[in-house]
Amino acid sequence: MSFDVAAGRGQFPILSEIIDGLPIHYLDNGASAQTPLAVIDAVRRYETTGRANVLRGVHRLAERATESYENARAQVASFLGVPTMEIVFTGGCTAAINLVAFSYGALLKPGDRILLSELEHHSNIVPWQLLRARSGIELDMLPVTNDGRIDLTALPRLLTPRTKLVSLAHVSNVTGALLDVRAVVEAAKAVGAKVMLDGAQRVPHGPLDLPSLGVDFYAFSGHKAYGPNGIGVLWGRPELLDAMPPFMGGGSMIGRVTLAETTWAPSPRRFEAGTPPIGPAIGLGAACAWMQALDWTAVHDHEMDLVQRLMDGLQKIDGTQLFGPAGLQNRYPVVSFLLDGVHPHDVAQTLDSFGVAVRAGHHCAQPLMERFDLDGTTRVSMAPYNDSSDIDALLAGVAHAAKTLR
Amino acid sequence: MSDQLYQERIVALAKARTGAGKLENPTKTARRDNPLCGDRVIVDVKLDGDGRIAEIAHQVRGCLLCQASASALSAVAVGRDSAGIAELRHDAERALGREPGEAHEPFAAFAPVAAHKSRQECVLLPLEALKDALA
Repeated sequence: MSFDVAAGRGQFPILSEIIDGLPIHYLDNGASAQTPLAVIDAVRRYETTGRANVLRGVHRLAERATESYENARAQVASFLGVPTMEIVFTGGCTAAINLVAFSYGALLKPGDRILLSELEHHSNIVPWQLLRARSGIELDMLPVTNDGRIDLTALPRLLTPRTKLVSLAHVSNVTGALLDVRAVVEAAKAVGAKVMLDGAQRVPHGPLDLPSLGVDFYAFSGHKAYGPNGIGVLWGRPELLDAMPPFMGGGSMIGRVTLAETTWAPSPRRFEAGTPPIGPAIGLGAACAWMQALDWTAVHDHEMDLVQRLMDGLQKIDGTQLFGPAGLQNRYPVVSFLLDGVHPHDVAQTLDSFGVAVRAGHHCAQPLMERFDLDGTTRVSMAPYNDSSDIDALLAGVAHAAKTLR
Repeated sequence: MSDQLYQERIVALAKARTGAGKLENPTKTARRDNPLCGDRVIVDVKLDGDGRIAEIAHQVRGCLLCQASASALSAVAVGRDSAGIAELRHDAERALGREPGEAHEPFAAFAPVAAHKSRQECVLLPLEALKDALA
């Protein structure tokens, strides 16, 4: 069965907006995806018929809010294939990684090592550098292959008995490369290291079965997965989460508080101090349910058709160069490219004048740019609602930039 | 297409690459980075005995707007001291619509950037770097 793009687009009101006389060709989904009516309606329903704080009140609005919030947790858990109470709501993917860096990091000793890679987003580098400064751990970096994948042949060299955690992007936000999770987990387990995946760019492309991946932590953000801003998710193995101290203190996360000391609630409450982002969590639950209802085999075929159309079209424009995996295998629809003699920001600005939204620059992956001595790239990141007209508009814009800016 | 940010004058300034390169034994050098977009400018100057710019060169790793601005700056910087460079900054600000008044050449060429707030720092970065070099 093929994916009905037109019907899919109809669920995203913003895609029919006209701005300055131009339609919207939204190809910046890797930065933030658009949100469907199902999500907007769920948030509106909470705000208009069930708004109250969660977990504490006994009145019926509070009960309704709590039920919606916990239902959202169940929707996210179902999407990831894990038990509901293993889902921790956070402020975003960055917050989820920082949570692990702080709370799992508190269990580490000076000289313990954490293995990252050169293609990580800053949000999977900087929290570990902060931990290193606090606690004296060491960081190691997996190199990157010329086609923009994490070079796993370096695993035996860089994994040591002191390696306690391997934290990597499930899908690169710059090259779209999919990590070979099985190889990482096997190698990490052999030295007793835990594995965390930054799933920010993987989650928007379909449900997961986390238990089969064999990882220990998984983080992603809501706004890149068709949900609201200000919400993210951390999944962790319960025995790990329950061994970790809290990240923030406040209401909801306690067992018992006296002036002398406090005991912690079990996870996930331990990590959800204060009033959580209730509306955004409900929206994210709806986004997960929306994603789960799609036929992802058909969607993936559709997304890869767009990637192929894009790569074919770019190769016909003189001076373009793809940065990342050349083919369609083990990748997701994130494509970076260079246009000789034209800075990526000028490409992106020209595309904007064609109504095409992309991201240009270092993509919060400056070490990767340094590795390849690049100013940046122009990045096209797709979602199920994109169609061939988006790609064709982009190609027209790139051709125009090639003609006028060099 | 909806607008014309990259008007011929801006493209011509960038392509002219006036002052592109390094100076041997500069009196002062300064580097400025824009952490948001990754643009980077290094400015070398040789100063005369009165603190006026005798020679200037720049290395830009950045977009066309940043290159055009560095080129424009180099075309008119010689003979100016820090107060004279501050005058050019006002000109750039006027062209970008951030200060009242009419901008003079060569910075008047950047008037189309007034409508693109996210790109204005690209124009100002070479001026920031030169200000640092003269500080």
